[in-house]
Amino acid sequence: MVFNSIEKLLEKYDNGETTIKEEQKLKAYFTQDDVVPHLESYRVMFQYFSTTKQEDLYTKDVPLKTKKSNIYQWISVAALLVLSLGIFTTQFGDNKKTYSELTMQEQKDYDQAVEVFSLVGSKFDQGESNMAAFGLMSNKLSQGVGKFEHVSEFSEATNKMFKSKKKKQNK
Amino acid sequence: MTQTDFTKLVLPFKDKVYRLAKRLLVSREEAEDATQEILMKLWNNSQKIKEYRNIEAFAMTMTKNFCLDRLKSKQAQNLKIVHSNYEENNTSLEKQVEARDSVDWVSKIIEELPEQQKIILQLRDIEEYDFDEIAKVVDMNPTAIRVALSRARKTIREKLTKTHRYGIQ
Repeated sequence: MVFNSIEKLLEKYDNGETTIKEEQKLKAYFTQDDVVPHLESYRVMFQYFSTTKQEDLYTKDVPLKTKKSNIYQWISVAALLVLSLGIFTTQFGDNKKTYSELTMQEQKDYDQAVEVFSLVGSKFDQGESNMAAFGLMSNKLSQGVGKFEHVSEFSEATNKMFKSKKKKQNK
Repeated sequence: MTQTDFTKLVLPFKDKVYRLAKRLLVSREEAEDATQEILMKLWNNSQKIKEYRNIEAFAMTMTKNFCLDRLKSKQAQNLKIVHSNYEENNTSLEKQVEARDSVDWVSKIIEELPEQQKIILQLRDIEEYDFDEIAKVVDMNPTAIRVALSRARKTIREKLTKTHRYGIQ
């Protein structure tokens, strides 16, 4: 390498005007052993710079704690919710079908059931009219009881009269 | 972001973070602690990290701030021993012995530089950052960086030639 160019570069270097490429050139020049004595101080500097970069390494491991996310727990909870909701809706909700959606057999069963219910219902009506007769009778009965009270009142009054007569006779 | 993703992301600059921390805090253990702290901070914010365009510059800025804070709190805690009658010109025997290993001597000289110059020199001469990148980390304009860099380089060489004159040669 031309010695002059190195000197020029060094001057620029001292003024902080060299580019990174030029600095790398200088480093390369000064890491070889035969350097002119009066540039010894530069040699020491550049050797220091390149050795520290190669040797001073960070070798320790960094304990990286992963933030344990609770997401899996929450997923299981959500899954449970979805499952129970599914069971609930299939068991109790959404089971209503219109008559036309039923199969033939189901329609037949349904018709029969309706018939039976209506039969029971009509008998029940009849029973109710009979019960009305009972109601009338009990009504009359209570009227009769009311009248009977009059009778008992009368008999009490007569008893009093008899008692007073008996007293008078004793005196 | 998984751990492997993060390691891959951090791998290119974790040594640079460590070296900058060591440059500022000097002691190896403290630099290791600082590096770990920085990497942990990055990891904890790994969701936000993707938004930064230049993660390396961001990490270096974090490192710089972290270390300067450390130094500040240390200075507040400890008494400083000041040698008022100390003369630099008379290189002591001890210094001459140290100077034998002149490469180590460079790091001792750099230790004495002001923090700002240390950071700039570290980023430029060792990590080979260009001026725009350095500007991001130290928040200075390129011209000011050039000036500081030039000063740092000249100081180092001045002190080196001094030791050479008194010491090795």
